[in-house]
Amino acid sequence: MSPSFGRGVMTNHIVDMKNTDCALIMGSNVAENHPISMKWLFKAKENRGAKLIHVDPRFTRTSARADLYAPLRSGTDIAFLGGMVKYILDNELYHKDYVVNYTNAAFLIDDKYGFKDGLFTGYDPATRKYDTATWDYKKDDQGMALTDPTLQDPRCVFQLMKKHYSRYDIDTVCSITGTPKDKYLEVLDTFCATGKPDKTGCIIYAMGITQHTVGAQNIRAFSIVQLLLGNMGRPGGGINAMRGENNVQGATDMALLFHIIPGYIDSPMNTTANKDLISFLKAVTPGAAKLPVTNLEELRAAVKEGFPNSGFKINTSKWVVSMLKAWWGEAAKPENNFAYDYLPKRDEKKNYSHIAIFEAMHKGEIDGLFVSGSNPVVGGPNANKEQEAMCNLKWMVSCDLWLNETAEFWTYQAWERPVKNEKVAEKTPADIQTEVFFLPAAAVYEKEGTAAQTGRWVQYRWKGADPVGESKPDLDIIYDLGKAIKKAYAGSKRIEDEPIVNLTWDYESKHGPEPDIMKVALELCGYDTKTKAPVEGFAKLTDDGATACGCWVYCGAMTTLPDGTVQYKPQKRDNKDNSKTGLGLFSNWAWCWPMNRRIVYNRCSVQPDGVTPWPGDAERQLVRWDPLALSDPTKPELLGSWVGDDVPDFLKPTSPDKPAFTSPFIMRADGKGGLFATKTLMKDGPFPEHYEPWESPTAPIINKIALNPAAKVWAPDEQGTSDKYPIIGTTYRVVEHWQTGALTRNLPWLAELMPNMIVEISEELAKEKKIKNGGEVIVSTMRGDIKALACVTKRFKPFNVNGKTVHEIGMLWQYGFKGYATGDPANRLTPHIGDANAMCPEYKAWLCDIRRA
Amino acid sequence: MANKANLYDVSRCTACRGCQVACKDWNQLPAVIEPFTGSYQTHEDTNGDTFTIIKFFESEDPVTGVHWNFIKRSCMHCLDAECVKACPQGAYMKSPSGATIHDPEKCIGCQYCTYACPFEIPKYRKREDKISKCTLCADRVEEGLTPACARTCPSGALTFGDRNELLQQAEARVKYLRKNGFPRATIYGKLELGGLNNIFVLTDTPDKFDLPVNPQPSATIGFWQNWVQPYFGWLIPLALAGSAMSFVTTRLLANKQGEHGHDHPVEGGHE
Repeated sequence: MSPSFGRGVMTNHIVDMKNTDCALIMGSNVAENHPISMKWLFKAKENRGAKLIHVDPRFTRTSARADLYAPLRSGTDIAFLGGMVKYILDNELYHKDYVVNYTNAAFLIDDKYGFKDGLFTGYDPATRKYDTATWDYKKDDQGMALTDPTLQDPRCVFQLMKKHYSRYDIDTVCSITGTPKDKYLEVLDTFCATGKPDKTGCIIYAMGITQHTVGAQNIRAFSIVQLLLGNMGRPGGGINAMRGENNVQGATDMALLFHIIPGYIDSPMNTTANKDLISFLKAVTPGAAKLPVTNLEELRAAVKEGFPNSGFKINTSKWVVSMLKAWWGEAAKPENNFAYDYLPKRDEKKNYSHIAIFEAMHKGEIDGLFVSGSNPVVGGPNANKEQEAMCNLKWMVSCDLWLNETAEFWTYQAWERPVKNEKVAEKTPADIQTEVFFLPAAAVYEKEGTAAQTGRWVQYRWKGADPVGESKPDLDIIYDLGKAIKKAYAGSKRIEDEPIVNLTWDYESKHGPEPDIMKVALELCGYDTKTKAPVEGFAKLTDDGATACGCWVYCGAMTTLPDGTVQYKPQKRDNKDNSKTGLGLFSNWAWCWPMNRRIVYNRCSVQPDGVTPWPGDAERQLVRWDPLALSDPTKPELLGSWVGDDVPDFLKPTSPDKPAFTSPFIMRADGKGGLFATKTLMKDGPFPEHYEPWESPTAPIINKIALNPAAKVWAPDEQGTSDKYPIIGTTYRVVEHWQTGALTRNLPWLAELMPNMIVEISEELAKEKKIKNGGEVIVSTMRGDIKALACVTKRFKPFNVNGKTVHEIGMLWQYGFKGYATGDPANRLTPHIGDANAMCPEYKAWLCDIRRA
Repeated sequence: MANKANLYDVSRCTACRGCQVACKDWNQLPAVIEPFTGSYQTHEDTNGDTFTIIKFFESEDPVTGVHWNFIKRSCMHCLDAECVKACPQGAYMKSPSGATIHDPEKCIGCQYCTYACPFEIPKYRKREDKISKCTLCADRVEEGLTPACARTCPSGALTFGDRNELLQQAEARVKYLRKNGFPRATIYGKLELGGLNNIFVLTDTPDKFDLPVNPQPSATIGFWQNWVQPYFGWLIPLALAGSAMSFVTTRLLANKQGEHGHDHPVEGGHE
């Protein structure tokens, strides 16, 4: 979503689902994995007559409650959505005023850009990479993009998009997706009706969309649909990325990803472009690369003046320097470029994602592994390979509530397999030299702190019970580890040890050796380095060392109240809805980033004039321009400000005379919603194009390319083909178990609800393979085999793919050999291949075979 | 105290089974894992260790396609409860809020109630040689709380409250559902057996949810009420012999069932 809108976040929030007129749930099983959202969707249904659409390979508990269910073959979402884009354009169902003003539809594209036979311009087959130089706007002498607001120019984004999706006619789409044509048309009719100005529709997705070799482009396709229908930045609209678990949002905010530092800033690399602070800042600030500035002072002056194609990220230097001040305190000074050299630089040529780490481990390149709240022996793709890779470690630390499968990867039990397979390693504990340490962790109710839920609400949670035995909260474990590392390096004079010696690590509480959560929170939210008072918002961060802030998007979550006390806003618990028309914003319940904006890009909820609501939709207007309001109470001379029930996701003083007045997507350089993703925003194309999964039962239908041409192939010999493995396999969770089941399979009442590892298969396939309901089966892929119980069901149906019958089976991936409910991990079957952009593994579509055990 | 009831709206149930777990938690019932039978359903029916259960029904219609119906089953807390009438020991009583309560102290395990119940709800617990069943959390209700199942329901399928008010809500819901894609939607528990304290809003006819369409008290209960109870003194030795017989036969039966792992709590379960 970041390439389309500027931020990679769920745009609305769970309560807001009650405001929708139509919810398209696709690649998500909300009833099972986000049960509380159903409460709000039911409200939308009952109070607004909203329709719920569920698109999924299998009929689930979500489908059971939906108004309309349409099946699709796993891995064909772009075909499904590409057809929707064509349908919207052909039937002129798009929201015209919105598209012209708030998206880049009118922008003209470089004449050299093109698309042929499934490839965009600039492709190099040798490296499997694109040179994205031609995927750019046509610009004038000033560097400003040229536009055609009539949308008629053949080189404008709108016309290029129309041409690109002209191939996605309904028959072609259905031959790819296997969706019955009548169901597909019903989905198109129902959802595209939200293009009317007085209607909004939301899209709800989860791992069924992201876990593909085209995962990021699947979301791009959603973005295009939602921008065309004018559904972004409005209540009841948006793209609701349902996070796989609570605090995934928090984890990404804190940069638990290799390619970013906290606050979604690209992490520095070992390149000349990142060699010192100023080069780095120029590289990560949009529009700054070619500025003639050589030091921070000059950059500061240029930022103050403003430069084109930068958006709100023009302030990046303030966020980076404040972060360096938070990490290295006094040691981060102007003289040493605020200790920029202390920041680790990643190898430009290396990938550090999950698959890459385990591939490197498999080659013996990694000595040690710290696994915390993760269980790769069950949850990792190609789990046989990952388990084998772990045998190459010298040491491993596992940190969990129970001794899970990963902590016990070296036991006899861990190497039991249902059948012998020459491709799968056979080991006994005697073969494994890895030294394993186990740190017992406290459960969620045994510790305090915040968690950011899927809708970006950062909520504080108080402790309900003391931790059991020697177990400790994660924060305490990390804090103790940090203290021990610092102690080991104390007194060192070696220059390479400075990042550790000088690291700020003073979180000790007044009452004992545990860390004080409020000290950690203050550093995260930002403070004045002189007074130690909280910084009141990221607009007040500076790049001269006067402020320190661990993660700029959290700046503003801590405040000094008029009586002098400090308030940590995630602790707020006022459950009154503050919106006048009952939109359920609940702005005084906890806090959400950025700056407590409950619905981001909310400038779109009002017409381009900034005052008039969309026709017939006054109740869902979130913000407006008020020419008489003050944007800053200390400057009464500056009249005019953005105001509203929600915090405007806009620079408050942006007045009608400024070009940015109609640019709602402030985190994007051009301020417009990205129908076309320019330059390096996407690695595999400016428009989403359908490619088959790595393992597909069919030859390419809509173009000549099978696999996403930019996806990295790690192990070609691990690819299965449809002659040996004709059945599509997919994996999913159920409401009864949590992730790898390490927690829930150890709780008797939850184990009782879903005690068995099951494979769901259609009645048709069961008949063909003579499999009985409840009988034991073996499922095999190129990577391994598992034994499971067959659940024969009407809820799976064979697909008609281009005239051929193709079967799909699905299974739970939440089982392992520990706990009360045990079974083979489904991930022993899944492949080591990931999305071209986010490297998210393709858990959701691969080839297998099934037989009676 | 007015009659209090649970309203269960199947159109809002997502079968998350939070109610099933909340029930085991409040009543401290052990987890009993049964062999897989090809469905998501945990047990064939409610049992001595499982007072609340979600049942799953898969069906297919040539026009409307696949359907997956869910229903929560537990004691119906009939206004005029057969179990109360059938129990020779007077172990059953009605709570002030209308719940049917069973007193294990008085129970002799004869299981007359099981046979008397039109819904086969009271279940024998071999370990204790007693009957057990849902109490509509009468202990919680006495303290002003709602039953554990209703309190935990995330999607709004369960509502606890005054029976008359809930009936009005249920009627409005049925009206709405009939207009919105469920022409056969119906209310269950309003009139059945003179009224139940578990009221259902169903999206289809009761048989689609394995509910008896027109539940009737069993004939043997008539015999008990008309003959045995009036001549109690006369027939007491007979009744005792009967209950002894029943005790022996159920023991035998239960032993056989035990082989299927019925009554064995999972190690570590909260018993």
